[in-house]
Amino acid sequence: MITTENLSKKYGSQTVLNIESLEIPKGQSFGLVGNNGAGKTTFFSLLLDLIQPTTGHIINNEVQVNKSEDWKPFTASFIDESFLIGYLTPEEYFYFVGDLRGRNKADVDALLSTFEDFFHGEILGQKKYLRDLSKGNQKKVGIVASFIGNPEVVILDEPFANLDPTTQIRLKGIIKELAAKQNVTVLVSSHDLMHVTEVCERIVVLNKGEIVKDIQTSTQTLKELETFFAG
Amino acid sequence: MFKHFINLQWKSFFRSSSFGKGLALKIVMIFFGIYMIGALVFVGGFLYEILRKLFPDQAPMWVLSRYLVYWILIELFFRYFLQKLPVMDIKPLLSFPIKKSTITHYILGKSGFSGYNALALFLFVPFGVVLLFNGYPVLNVVLWLVSIFAIVLCINYVNFLVNKSDKALGIIGGIIVLQYGLDYFQILPVKDFFGPIFHGLYQYPIAVLVPVALAILAYFLNYKLLKNKLFLDASLKTKSKEAKTSDLTWTKRFGDMGTFLQLDLKMIWRNKRTKAQVFISLLFVFYGLIFYTQEVYANMIPMFAFLGIFMTGIFLSNFGQFIPAWDSGYYSMMMSQNIPLRKYLESKATLISVSVVAMFLLTIPYVYFGWEALAINFGSAIYNLGVNIPVILFFGSFNKKRIDLDKSPFGNMQGTSSTQFLIMLPVLGLPILIFTGAYYLISMEAAVIILSLLGVIGFALKNYLLDRITEQYRRKKYGMIAGFKEKNS
Repeated sequence: MITTENLSKKYGSQTVLNIESLEIPKGQSFGLVGNNGAGKTTFFSLLLDLIQPTTGHIINNEVQVNKSEDWKPFTASFIDESFLIGYLTPEEYFYFVGDLRGRNKADVDALLSTFEDFFHGEILGQKKYLRDLSKGNQKKVGIVASFIGNPEVVILDEPFANLDPTTQIRLKGIIKELAAKQNVTVLVSSHDLMHVTEVCERIVVLNKGEIVKDIQTSTQTLKELETFFAG
Repeated sequence: MFKHFINLQWKSFFRSSSFGKGLALKIVMIFFGIYMIGALVFVGGFLYEILRKLFPDQAPMWVLSRYLVYWILIELFFRYFLQKLPVMDIKPLLSFPIKKSTITHYILGKSGFSGYNALALFLFVPFGVVLLFNGYPVLNVVLWLVSIFAIVLCINYVNFLVNKSDKALGIIGGIIVLQYGLDYFQILPVKDFFGPIFHGLYQYPIAVLVPVALAILAYFLNYKLLKNKLFLDASLKTKSKEAKTSDLTWTKRFGDMGTFLQLDLKMIWRNKRTKAQVFISLLFVFYGLIFYTQEVYANMIPMFAFLGIFMTGIFLSNFGQFIPAWDSGYYSMMMSQNIPLRKYLESKATLISVSVVAMFLLTIPYVYFGWEALAINFGSAIYNLGVNIPVILFFGSFNKKRIDLDKSPFGNMQGTSSTQFLIMLPVLGLPILIFTGAYYLISMEAAVIILSLLGVIGFALKNYLLDRITEQYRRKKYGMIAGFKEKNS
């Protein structure tokens, strides 16, 4: 599904990302871990064509992302709050995203009804603008918005941060189901080793922009990661 | 303790983002500041002469005293918009071992040094100096100035007391209008009533104690009120208004563009700064009154072209120059979504087109000052529609400065860079130049026709131009995303 070749990003003389090759097959739940500055967000930004690669390229379902925009219809993402429009209510935001993805109000409502649990009654019908919601609730909106329109690739940067424990557990279920049942490629980054090992079939560790580990998740994975990060 | 506070204040001032702005902008802002102060000092210096000329049979001090009540009310009215108690600044201090009373004194004391208080002094101190030169007794004048400053402080603190609901604003505005009405129709002599009171401040130096006492009283009322409210959930919480969902389904008639049109309308209506732009633009309809009514300009036809371009294009330039920075808060989302950039730009163009047509319709009454005004405004509107809209959208692609929509609209220069000054040249200057040239070489009729023709040509090429602009936006995409992410630029 996603092929990375010779990808690097430099700011001046500083290399922030350098990935020789990385292949993510369709329907995989893929986890990216690493300390601050490891290049996780840089990789996602490159994948979304928000920054330009210094060398190399990423191919998303046969579309080279920095050459064509045809990857946009089947790729959805939530990177940070800057993906939200503060002066809209959650409903309006969902409908807006739905519009962009060719889904009408009824489609969006149908999808939202399956997330009622996840929202925990704090999102819909609150008469609040997104800018007035708490960080965690904003995150919920952004994450769910990225599921609108049956995307084939979903990219979530730090989805577990700021969420309350109940929601974290529910989100893990949702992500697992997306990859297993709907064959969606899910890319997740996290600082929480426990969450990623639980959710992802495969975990890649970035350190200073380089891939240092590429693990198929097993029962030993958490131990392995903990020993690695304990340094 | 106060040493630390002063230190904090100093740093917040010199490290504020406005200080890091580009040099050109800094110079313009300094220039504007000096101009304001200069104008106030100038008026203050000549006020004595002016009042003596206007009311030759009354003492200037007496005349001024009669109007002071209006000054106080009007200043209170404007401060309501401009000045808020900066309670948010003290949030980080709350958890430190500092007494609440100290924090309260700090924040209230700080507001006493606000620039708004100095403005009145720039006006009244020169006036006082002129009084001294005219042989007025020193003691009376000096203590009168002290009284005036005490009144300014009263205004300062009373503002914080009433600055809580919009009702207060309505009441103040109502009192101003009512007083003026009573005065004007000579129902109640308001000026005659308040005149002697304020004149007393000058006449009896001991009266200075009254405004000083009032200022102290206002300060302590604030102190008492605020000290009990220094909790995160009471006054320090930023109020969130209840969201109103608006049904804008009629925008669907515009097809794909409707989605963005709906978003733009919501953006304009739900954010302070964009909303202010709309009101300011509407007010500029009256700009023409200043010029059309003056004999001096009656024969300056090029001036009319300026008015035409300016009045019909005020929203175009005010709003358009910051496209797409209005969307800077979520620009990276827009760029990673399945968004047809072209439709996005088209929606902005439509919105501005509507504003140009609306502004033109509003300027039609100026036909009262001669059909030339109408003809020129019409030509200008067509030119704005056809040429200036693509031009301003094109220059928008050079915008890289973030705009936080939620910041106060007054004196907010966020998002401004040298691009904005460059934009105004072709948008305002070029059509006036073309018009003036054609007017002197041929005739006014020809000049209007040429402007309209250029507009029509631009309109005919609209699709082509929008395509090119879309490409330009695509090329500049990465720079914009990076620029819009910088919070303190």
